[in-house]
Amino acid sequence: MNKIVAKQELATKIKLVEIYAPESVEEAKPGQFVILHIDEKGERFPLTIVDANISKGTISLVFNEVGKSTKQLGILEEGDDILNLAGPLGNPSEIENFGRVLCIGGGVMIAPLWFVASALRKAGNEIIGVIGARNKDLLIFEDEMKAISDEFYITTDDGSKGYTGLDFLNKILSQKNINRVVTMGSVVTMKAVSEMTKSYGIKTMVTLTPIMVDGTGMCGCCRVSVGGEIKYACIDGPEFDGHAVDWNLLVSRKRIYLPEERISSLLNERLGGINP
Amino acid sequence: MIQIGGTRIPMQEQKVQERIKNFYSVPLGYTEKEVVAEAQRCILCKDAPCEKFCPVNMKIRDMIRKVAERDFKQAFLIAKEDNAIPAIAGRVCPQENQCEGVCPLGIGFTGNGINIGKLEAFIADWAMENGIKEKFYVKERAEKVALIGSGPASISCAVDLRKFGYKVTIYEALHKAGGVLQYGIPAFRLPKDIVEYELSYLTEIGVEIKLNNVVGQNIKFQKLNQEYDAIFIGTGAGAPLFMGIEGEKLKGLYSANEFLIRTNLMKAYKFPEYDTPIVCGNKVGVIGAGNVTMDSARCAKRLGAKNVQILYRRTKKEAPARDEEIQHALEEGIILKELVNPTRILGNDMGWVNGIELIKMKLGKPDKSGRPRPIPIQGSEFIMEVDTVVEAIGTKPNRLFLTKTPELETTDWGTIKVDKNLMTNIKGVTAGGDAMRGNATVILALGDGRKAAKTVHKYILMKNST
Ligand SMILES: Cc1cc2nc3c(=O)[nH]c(=O)nc-3n(C[C@H](O)[C@H](O)[C@H](O)COP(=O)(O)OP(=O)(O)OC[C@H]3O[C@@H](n4cnc5c(N)ncnc54)[C@H](O)[C@@H]3O)c2cc1C
Ligand SMILES: Cc1cc2nc3c(=O)[nH]c(=O)nc-3n(C[C@H](O)[C@H](O)[C@H](O)COP(=O)(O)OP(=O)(O)OC[C@H]3O[C@@H](n4cnc5c(N)ncnc54)[C@H](O)[C@@H]3O)c2cc1C
Ligand code: FES
Repeated sequence: MNKIVAKQELATKIKLVEIYAPESVEEAKPGQFVILHIDEKGERFPLTIVDANISKGTISLVFNEVGKSTKQLGILEEGDDILNLAGPLGNPSEIENFGRVLCIGGGVMIAPLWFVASALRKAGNEIIGVIGARNKDLLIFEDEMKAISDEFYITTDDGSKGYTGLDFLNKILSQKNINRVVTMGSVVTMKAVSEMTKSYGIKTMVTLTPIMVDGTGMCGCCRVSVGGEIKYACIDGPEFDGHAVDWNLLVSRKRIYLPEERISSLLNERLGGINP
Repeated sequence: MIQIGGTRIPMQEQKVQERIKNFYSVPLGYTEKEVVAEAQRCILCKDAPCEKFCPVNMKIRDMIRKVAERDFKQAFLIAKEDNAIPAIAGRVCPQENQCEGVCPLGIGFTGNGINIGKLEAFIADWAMENGIKEKFYVKERAEKVALIGSGPASISCAVDLRKFGYKVTIYEALHKAGGVLQYGIPAFRLPKDIVEYELSYLTEIGVEIKLNNVVGQNIKFQKLNQEYDAIFIGTGAGAPLFMGIEGEKLKGLYSANEFLIRTNLMKAYKFPEYDTPIVCGNKVGVIGAGNVTMDSARCAKRLGAKNVQILYRRTKKEAPARDEEIQHALEEGIILKELVNPTRILGNDMGWVNGIELIKMKLGKPDKSGRPRPIPIQGSEFIMEVDTVVEAIGTKPNRLFLTKTPELETTDWGTIKVDKNLMTNIKGVTAGGDAMRGNATVILALGDGRKAAKTVHKYILMKNST
């Protein structure tokens, strides 16, 4: 059992939970994830670690309420328990002094990107921070990202704040000497960024989020194709070289259970978000 | 009336039409009357070949004798002496290749040996229902031992280490303990309340089980090695193998592990009451012919598939699955397609499996395994329509653990190297079960756990005396 010790709504449907997880906190590194299993009937689902507080024994997670499991997590309150939490799983993001790193976070994944970017900064890198969302109301971790960035940009799909879309990145990529790009966000965002940076020949790391079950290399559900080779995102990743990723396969495999997810979601709404 | 010899008392089973719609146990178990009658058939051979062929040398003859005398309690305690989990071994051991296979009553009359497996399961179930437990006095010792993984190897190791008096902690990666017994073998073969009962017994005798602890991730092996006086590695061989043929990225293609984990551990057969989904089509092809293959095929049937075909490159005779599983699968309408090997999985433009290309095979001279080598017949490829494919061609040790323990010597196969006492190249660190053997059996894992416990005990005594 792991207790939720703090909870906060960051934007519409985006929430942060701080969970007491003393067995996980010590090894929790930026870029790694945990697997949650809220109750006996729930599924195992991954969320990326956003912060780890060793003295309090807590880790923080930020999630988007997209379906049954995330909505169920969203209605839990401070003091409520999660039945099972395993992790940190996966490998930490590569943290070294690369020089100047462009860190691009999209949507809910801005939060875990901040954790990675903070570590990169501590390792001596100059950080160019970029955060983006559909519109200005969905931007999260703005102050936090700004605080660790030497240069900071905002972009929205609808132009309600900062730049519109990702085209402005071309200017940064062509004018600044950038040693590495790290991006976390939707598949669409990470793919677009990877395609852009490829022409500049800048190494670009992405975090892949295929469907997972165990998260320990036992099932092969999370298989992705990188550089023509099959990799398990849970134990070989989740951070991979964005230029080598087969994005179409990832998109296709993420959609395996769409009809079932819809059933779960509808049922969940009807039952008021609680497992019977 | 006592009838020595005679024919085996038949086991009552769930009717086929019923059982393919549920996950309850297929065999219904002997009644007291039946079990006694079955035991009374035993001719009590002097040399008891059944015991010699039991990988843990259970005192089978004495156990049978006690059952024949209706002394179920004593029979249970005898079984327990050598086997930590008789209720489970009785249900899953390949008895036909071990004890039952050498029973003189079965020689010349295949399947007529004493039904030792079902006898064993009966007495263990009886003990469970009547609250009979093996009691032992523990003289507590100060030393602590960590066991990694909670499958049968660790279960048996844990019991013996407690008997020696050690403080025992099991670290298990998943949210439920039991290893394959929990996540792999379906409930219609091994009801989960039995697994839970055996695990609760571990807790009762003072074994601490720490779930959600992935050694190498949230806790380092190296740290355990510092904190504990000795270690047993029973991490199994849980990583799926894929054939490496075209089309394995398609949706609708599962490793048997994923198929079984979703179905059994996560209870996808109860979706949407349980959240984890599974997509099982109407026409399912399952590749292989081992226990895992039979389990996957029978799960597919129970998930509603109309047509389930097992695709095997040899013939039924060479199939490594237990006889009972093959027989049950066939009864359930599953087709065993012999002498075919998949060459390609085909998909539609939405990325879903819609067919499988197979090549016909013929049998050649025996290979290393002693079974005839399957040889492809050139140009005999044909296509079979399927919408789900499950690959059950074996598993190998999980590289998650191994990559985090480079100091541990392994074979080219990724299995952990040990000496004859199951000690690895690291002092005080033992290993056994599938992590050391590759795909093997529950009973061999139990035997390893016991042997490793002895090795650990000897090692700690030695360390203390120097
Ligand atoms: C390594 C990794 C890290 C992630 N980090 C975050 C994070 O920090 N914040 C966040 O909001 N989301 C994160 N996700 C995605 C998150 O796991 C899914 O949104 C969540 O599982 C959806 O479950 P649901 O029941 O709410 O929605 P559903 O309706 O079940 O699913 C919505 C979509 O989420 C994906 N999904 C469904 N089940 C799983 C599963 N078991 N494993 C992975 N993906 C699944 C599918 O693409 C699906 O179409 C991460 C995923 C991975 C693999
Ligand atoms: C579907 C199926 C059916 C089978 N049917 C039969 C049968 O009928 N009869 C028979 O005799 N045998 C059968 N077997 C084989 C038998 O189950 C295995 O030989 C046996 O379970 C091996 O036991 P073990 O203790 O070595 O490992 P396992 O049972 O594999 O358990 C290993 C455990 O270690 C855990 N683990 C792995 N890595 C870590 C880590 N880093 N940290 C913490 N924990 C970890 C795993 O999660 C798992 O719970 C079957 C196997 C399968 C898959
Ligand atoms: S989630 Fe099962 S292997 Fe990665």
